[in-house]
Amino acid sequence: MTDGDVGWWGLAASLVLVAITVAISTWRKLGLERDVVVAVVRAGAQLLAVGYALALVIDPDHPKDNVPFAWAWLVFMVGFAAWTVSRRAPEVPGVARLALQALGASTLVTVAVIFGLGIFPVEPRAIIPVGGMMVGNAMSSTVVAGRRILAEFSEKRPDVEARLALGQSWQEASRPSLRAALRTGMTSQIETTKAVGLVFLPGAMTGLILAGVDPVDAVLVQASIMFLILGAVAINVVVIGTGVTKRLFTDDHRLVRIARPAD
Amino acid sequence: MQVRRVLGDGVGDTRAMSLFRFDRVSVRFGTTLVLDDVSATIADGGSITCLLGPSGSGKSTMLRLCNRLEVPTEGCIRFRGADLADEDPLQLRRRVGMVFQRPTVFPGTVRDNLLVASPDASAEHCLAALERAHVQARLLDRDADALSGGEAQRVCLARTLITEPEVLLMDEPTSALDPASTKGLEDLGSALAADGMPIVWVTHDLDQADRIAAARIVLTGGRIADDHEAAHYFAGEEADHRHERSGEGDDD
Repeated sequence: MTDGDVGWWGLAASLVLVAITVAISTWRKLGLERDVVVAVVRAGAQLLAVGYALALVIDPDHPKDNVPFAWAWLVFMVGFAAWTVSRRAPEVPGVARLALQALGASTLVTVAVIFGLGIFPVEPRAIIPVGGMMVGNAMSSTVVAGRRILAEFSEKRPDVEARLALGQSWQEASRPSLRAALRTGMTSQIETTKAVGLVFLPGAMTGLILAGVDPVDAVLVQASIMFLILGAVAINVVVIGTGVTKRLFTDDHRLVRIARPAD
Repeated sequence: MQVRRVLGDGVGDTRAMSLFRFDRVSVRFGTTLVLDDVSATIADGGSITCLLGPSGSGKSTMLRLCNRLEVPTEGCIRFRGADLADEDPLQLRRRVGMVFQRPTVFPGTVRDNLLVASPDASAEHCLAALERAHVQARLLDRDADALSGGEAQRVCLARTLITEPEVLLMDEPTSALDPASTKGLEDLGSALAADGMPIVWVTHDLDQADRIAAARIVLTGGRIADDHEAAHYFAGEEADHRHERSGEGDDD
């Protein structure tokens, strides 16, 4: 074990910060105490379960073993992420299917690049955590992009209908709004990419440095992951953006009524 | 204005006399019945037909059926005899132009706006469209966002006219305008109609209908009002009018 070893005592000690969170909620009457406790217990239980499961698949002495299990794990993560997206943005039409398409496409492309070009070895210890980071980031961007596109067409209905009334097809009439929504969807990840290192040290790099890896090596790993996430987010936003747009128009070029988002 | 022959209908056919004919049209949005078994005829020719009625009466929906921004749940709408359901919506919308309740200028200059409607239009063509809509030529390269409400609405009209429509649909086009701009747009509509352009004009303003309409259709609660209901609506509206002169338009 390295100096980065936290141990059970370390985990327990970090709960002090959870106590502070609960104290703030009580003090400011936010009513979030229960949520905080539930979230912390869930996170702890889920991560422990994942840790034990990973230990079954990842064998440091035989890194090439269990590759099919790792792929199955990745597929499961994509499915679970799509389900999460459809729960978080139920107002988006066809959300479950579109999220599955978007996450599937972005995972497929990034995995092909990561392992096809030999950036990381085809081993469970790379497939699962790298895949998880891709899917996790892509999942958030999918929710944001799906909601943004709905809000955009809801706000810009007069503009879009004015274009339709001039005889433009839905593809033409939707272009300015779709473009605005795609830009919004990608901008946050671009900003994150710009700020990396200056404002925050991302998780993978932090973990590697804590585990005693040379910081420059850690940076190489992190940089390649950041760039892959950027690509994954771009693919996601495009698939979800064009997919939702298509569902907002009828075959005879009418803009459908748009359900108001829940929040 | 060149008027295209109606395909499949002989000249002299009675249906060719109508611009739009609604035959037992109902429209349902979810569980809400917006139009309920509406049958009506809007006459062809260079005149203005006003669709009148209170908020939520279905008059805007009736207008939007005419260029297929809406489709009927039941029934059929004919445009110069041809069933709209059989028409290509994109071609139809260039033949049946529409001006909306609020001016919806696109980003860019006035010229950019005209080019969205007609990408190959020359400068002369653009200026001719502006002239028809009483927009000063010097505004051609002005940022469309910087126009006054009245100017913006006339630019929207010019943008529709540049597609050479056969018919104009006006959806409460003056509800966001001041009295002077309203008068300007009414005069413009009357002049276009006198030039041979049939116009269907939605309004909740009875005085406006008195000034411009050759014919009126009154809707209440999604149905064509009978004489009694129409008289009731007119009487109520007159009374309301004394209290608030400038009512906001509805977007039913």
